[in-house]
Amino acid sequence: MTHLLEINNLDVKFDTDEGRITAIDNVSLTLDQGKVLGIVGESGSGKSVTAKSIMQLNPGNTIYNDNAEIIIDDENVLKFTSKNDLKKIRGGKVSMIFQEPMASFAPAIKIGYQMVEQLMIHKPMDKKEAKNISIDMLNRVGIADAEKRFNQYAFELSGGMRQRAMIAMALSTMPKLLLADEPTTALDVTIQAQVINLMKDIIKEYNMGVIFITHDLGVIAQVADDVAVMYLGSVVEQGPVNEILKNPMHPYTKGLINALPDINNLDAALTPIPGNIPSPLDRPSGCVFRTRCPHASKEGKEENIEMGLVEIKPGHWLDKCGVDCGKT
Amino acid sequence: MSENIVSVNNLSVSFDYQENFLSKKQKIKAVNNINIKIKKGSFFGLVGESGSGKTTLGRAILGANKISTGNVIFHDDDRDFDLTTINSKEMKEYRKKAQLIFQDPYAALSPRMTVRDIIAEPLEVMKITNSREETDERVRDIAAKCRLNLEHLRRFPHAFSGGQRQRISIARALVSNPKFIVADESVAALDVSIQADILNLLKQLQNELNLTYLFISHDLSVVAHVCDIVAVMYLGHIVEMAPSRELFRNPRHPYTKALLSSIPSIDPENKSKAIELEGEIPSAMNPPSGCVFRTRCPHASPDGKEGNIEMGLEEVEPDHWVDRCGVSCG
Repeated sequence: MTHLLEINNLDVKFDTDEGRITAIDNVSLTLDQGKVLGIVGESGSGKSVTAKSIMQLNPGNTIYNDNAEIIIDDENVLKFTSKNDLKKIRGGKVSMIFQEPMASFAPAIKIGYQMVEQLMIHKPMDKKEAKNISIDMLNRVGIADAEKRFNQYAFELSGGMRQRAMIAMALSTMPKLLLADEPTTALDVTIQAQVINLMKDIIKEYNMGVIFITHDLGVIAQVADDVAVMYLGSVVEQGPVNEILKNPMHPYTKGLINALPDINNLDAALTPIPGNIPSPLDRPSGCVFRTRCPHASKEGKEENIEMGLVEIKPGHWLDKCGVDCGKT
Repeated sequence: MSENIVSVNNLSVSFDYQENFLSKKQKIKAVNNINIKIKKGSFFGLVGESGSGKTTLGRAILGANKISTGNVIFHDDDRDFDLTTINSKEMKEYRKKAQLIFQDPYAALSPRMTVRDIIAEPLEVMKITNSREETDERVRDIAAKCRLNLEHLRRFPHAFSGGQRQRISIARALVSNPKFIVADESVAALDVSIQADILNLLKQLQNELNLTYLFISHDLSVVAHVCDIVAVMYLGHIVEMAPSRELFRNPRHPYTKALLSSIPSIDPENKSKAIELEGEIPSAMNPPSGCVFRTRCPHASPDGKEGNIEMGLEEVEPDHWVDRCGVSCG
């Protein structure tokens, strides 16, 4: 069976005034239809850059490596350069939901016009049909009074409503792959619960593949089937969500889980991960996590370990350096 | 000497609002008839969604918002400050005692000042120190307590990560030796790994310096971990208030229950469904009559009798206060 999405050996570098920085280092991921892949990690770990690479939305100073592949429908979308090809992935086969719904709608154009506009670009249909589909979609995501909302501006909608409208817009072209970049982070927790349930229903109904980016492990646990933990541009641990969260092996994954306040165990002390995520300008050699790792050896032998995932249990992939560390 | 450091009595804060220059002026009540007492040395948590009035309440206690009715009294060792009648001279005195830590460590620090100048500014403005040496001494002292290096003091904020910047903000708030700190969403902008570090630092400083916190947050699991007592706000009202363990073990108000159940569990097998609330928090411009939560309450009666219930806290168990309407509902 072919995968819906296959990312192979992706490196992403940015040329900046201060030098060339590595944002993504040798990331490989696969996603099947109807599945949700969660990507977690701190800010600066490369979650969003990975997702944006799929739609080639990274800025102009981005350099992809030559042997990188992002395969959707047997085509390497990284090689797309013409406008027509890019249109196929941007909004056609792939849609994206961003974190800040206020920033993703144009403020001076009515919501409805924006929805109709993008539908007509991707699907052969007239204005009337596009309007009907859009209003349908708004109803589908639980917006009351869809017809009235269709003629309103983004600022007239509340935060949760805007995010629903964003979801409706992203789904109206029936993409095969949905990239959700922190879709619930800006929302209040009661609204977050509504939006998560809505997304789960829609994913099931349309049987699409979803990449769900978040820094919230709780959200991942509730939405994702598989999870990839990223740190400083590398995937350090990957596998089924149940396995990774119940049986984390990499010290970074363990650190993230221990740092999380657990509402069911108020006596547990909060354990921060020491130090800060290093600047991508001075990315550690060898194991990228070694500068913050509680098991790092004194002689610094982790400097020389090349990073790479190994399968330690069926489906559970772990970075080489994390396999032995912590075992005494 | 009172055991409380802050008493808030029947406090309401309203803002004037005018849709356009022709329409009539309206009053928006952001905070409505609040009564709280904050004990000395406690970690008092205030939770609620955006628009519930948490920040307005915090700012009113600091004297940064005008108080419409009711009063706020700050009990210092030998004197009381009444925030409703305070004059500008007393206000200067009060500022030394009560300080604020902001949410966004990126916006709160001036990019053109060195860390030393940022931390020293309150001392200079309040004229607490008499010489530059004394100022430097105080800055170094508080920086060390907040785990900043001396070498950091010469640099500018852009050189620091979010967690370090938040430590600089904390140092600035504490340099005047205050007794009471309002921490407004102070960890919301940070990554979880850093968040734990800042929370531990706040706790440690509380013990070292005898501080009392009003900790404002939308994140219940954070509040559950650090606070001794928690008040839940909804649309300008406190709907439930209790010691945190009691509140999280035995929530009584339907809004508190819904909030608690909405926290996504980190256990993938725990698919216990969140109590899903209909709709969103209503606009403060025209809040529902009676119980403000009734428009989203899963137990609201069809005949709408909650519209006539006056809001007010009742003590259901020692120290556990629940809004009248929430006591019996469900």
